Amino acid sequence: MKEIKKINSIEELKSTIKDQTLFRQAEQKAVLFVSAGTCGQARGSLKVIEALEKEITAQNLKEKVLVKVTGCHGFCEAEPNIIIQPHNIFYQHVEPKHAKDIISETILNNTVIDALLYTDPISKDSIPKEADIGFYKKQKRIVMGDNALIDPTDILDYMSVNGYSSLSKILDEKTPEAVIETMQKSGLRGRGGAGFPTGKKWAFSRQAKGNPKYIICNADEGDPGAYMDRSLMEGNPHRVLEGMIIGAYAIGAEEGYIYIRDEYPLALQNITKALESAEQMGLLGKNILGTDFNLQLHISKGAGAFVCGEETALIASIEGKIGEPRQRPPYPAVRGLWKRPTNINNVETWATVPVIFANGADWFSNIGTDGSKGTKIFSLVGKINNTGLVEVPMGITLREVIYDIGGGIPEGKEFKAVQTGGPSGGCLPKEHLDLPIDYDSLFQAGSIMGSGGMIVMDENTCMVDVAKYFLNFLRDESCGKCLSCREGTQRMWEIVSSITEGSGKDSDLDLLGQLANAVKDASMCALGQTAANPVLSTIRYFKDEYLAHIRDNKCPAAVCKDLIQYSIISENCTGCLACIKPCPQVAIKGELKQIHILDQNKCIKCGACFEVCNFNAINVE
Amino acid sequence: MINMKINNLDVNAEEGWSILETAKFYGLEIPTLCYNEGLSQFGGCRLCLVEIGEGPGSKLVSSCTYPAEEGLFVRTDTHRVFEARRMMIELMLSVAPGSKVIQDLASKFGVKQMRFTVRNEECILCGLCVRMCAEQMDGHAIGFQNRGHKKKISTPFDMRSEECRLCGGCMYICPACQLRCQGPDADTAICNGCLTLDPSCLDTYDELQCWMYTAGRCGTCVQEKPEKSNSEDNEKTME
Repeated sequence: MKEIKKINSIEELKSTIKDQTLFRQAEQKAVLFVSAGTCGQARGSLKVIEALEKEITAQNLKEKVLVKVTGCHGFCEAEPNIIIQPHNIFYQHVEPKHAKDIISETILNNTVIDALLYTDPISKDSIPKEADIGFYKKQKRIVMGDNALIDPTDILDYMSVNGYSSLSKILDEKTPEAVIETMQKSGLRGRGGAGFPTGKKWAFSRQAKGNPKYIICNADEGDPGAYMDRSLMEGNPHRVLEGMIIGAYAIGAEEGYIYIRDEYPLALQNITKALESAEQMGLLGKNILGTDFNLQLHISKGAGAFVCGEETALIASIEGKIGEPRQRPPYPAVRGLWKRPTNINNVETWATVPVIFANGADWFSNIGTDGSKGTKIFSLVGKINNTGLVEVPMGITLREVIYDIGGGIPEGKEFKAVQTGGPSGGCLPKEHLDLPIDYDSLFQAGSIMGSGGMIVMDENTCMVDVAKYFLNFLRDESCGKCLSCREGTQRMWEIVSSITEGSGKDSDLDLLGQLANAVKDASMCALGQTAANPVLSTIRYFKDEYLAHIRDNKCPAAVCKDLIQYSIISENCTGCLACIKPCPQVAIKGELKQIHILDQNKCIKCGACFEVCNFNAINVE
Repeated sequence: MINMKINNLDVNAEEGWSILETAKFYGLEIPTLCYNEGLSQFGGCRLCLVEIGEGPGSKLVSSCTYPAEEGLFVRTDTHRVFEARRMMIELMLSVAPGSKVIQDLASKFGVKQMRFTVRNEECILCGLCVRMCAEQMDGHAIGFQNRGHKKKISTPFDMRSEECRLCGGCMYICPACQLRCQGPDADTAICNGCLTLDPSCLDTYDELQCWMYTAGRCGTCVQEKPEKSNSEDNEKTME
């Protein structure tokens, strides 16, 4: 670990950054960048790192090879993955047993290990370079890109990729007003969900009367299947901090909070570490870099309530009250934390700020569409070949993200819908695949951008079941203050559940529609106002599926257990006995080379027999 | 002094007033349940919904929590407000059908069906008792627990609270557990025994809702998008 010295002036910071960038360029060693975010660690990257280091010591190569533990590279499907520089090779699914080969073959002999390369699912070609992989080709990784290059626990490493240069530039040259003007010109909109123009928000907070003012980083990412904020805090916490310092300078805040959920241990650890290093270096605290600008940041841990991502609930939670939203106006910019003007931005928004100042507002506003500028990180999950975090310019179509970057649907199945915007978002069908991804287009189609969750569903997904899943999430996570949201989500869940159980009535759809509209209209905060989206969008695009459940008592995707039946097709059954053992209910009887018999009274519809049958002899309907 | 419009009437509000307080000052009725003058505002029952703004950007807000703002355009009795309000009452009924307060609201707003499974819980989580205990009795003996559908009101750790002085303030203010509905069909989920009770005005004529329908307008209700000359005439008549 390099020693952290306090920096006393802007000039000194500039020269440190310069030294560090030169230091990186002059790097003579071969560097192995191992992704070790939460996802990488879950797939065993820590063991890989251990094995690599052991191998390096064994071969006495410490002077020549460096293992760098980085945050998430984004390509979760390929975890644990390693990028080797200067060879520029991308290895995926690395296991500890490969360590020896990587060191002796690739590093020492310069030969590529074919078995560890990424294979294109369509052309079956092995691709050695990261940039040539379909997953990365169409991405524009201006915010997330550095994740793969730096050690998140080392502030100097962040400086070696020009980190904190935006801050030094701003403190040296710009007035707070000029900073806000640049932000407004850049057209950046909040990445947390609502898409409010960030520059405007800052301007409101700056103009608001009251002292002290506060800034807050909303790191309470709660959408199921969304983890871009976690990845940024794990992989590049200093970029988030730099954004916050710039924001505080622009607004005139001297104190701030990072509200982070406690379920993100690694992110919490890295951001805490980053905060400490920044304080030691003098980038936080009193008289930052010899100027009269002071900023103190604190970390506040959330207990995992989804509703605390709503800004007024988040403020209540920091204040130690129940995490319940309150009426806006007054907006936090006027009356926020401890009743003082407060500016809240999401992690991704803060992390985008330094990028804008490093490259200019014009450069940023040239990316994206008229109404939505820049790039957005999406977490592409569900039934998709390349699961991972993708950063794409606004205005790219859903088709490009799902097929070109995501590599399409596994096992050649058909695409059915994509759910954007988390539990409050909507499901968009095939007809909308060519929809450009931006705040306004998604809203018009009945969904929202949200914080950037993107769950892909294939033909085996039942849309009524999807609506039920999200309603169940929302009835748990509603704060329960508004009757409309608390009772509304509960009742909608009851109705949808009864439909999936086969006791739905024709009038249910009407009632659902009315109730959904009332919940949307009558609730106080964004959670309630969007809670009806999963129901409304599935009814809008997949009404026939609801009708099949209600009228024919059938689940077309064969998901809803009460509406399906497993049976053995006697023509196909070879009597192989394969399905008998996995059946937990001992519902299948039969002898070798005799057609098996399934006892419907015992069957619990777990589908285990269906999974193992190699002869398509199990029928589901 | 804040200038704004409620139901097309020019009204003035003091700094710090809510829409509800302003409307009350001018004698315009907005139904409430979780609101009480002696307690802090809560905004949980969503009965006092009003529509603010015009055109596609208009939205519903709870008038007890929304502050009076300069130039605000408020309508208290539009169809959209009524639809949402009726649904809120239906939801409340499904939880606490025995409450006279809620049955009366159902009668008043013409809620004639209850399409959800009755739960008979009797608490609609309006929070009046919690605020009464904390703010008027300085007791802080009860509070909310959990969130979402598991939310309930109780003492800390569900144990006998040492703070509780058995003053009964919570029971006194409760709209659900005290007054029982004594209507002809008190046992059914929906009674509607008092259907003719004090109907309120709509912004468009509705024979079911406006009790002055046959006699003409009472003056407070407004037709949607009134033409300029018409509204001028109205103002003259009202003067």
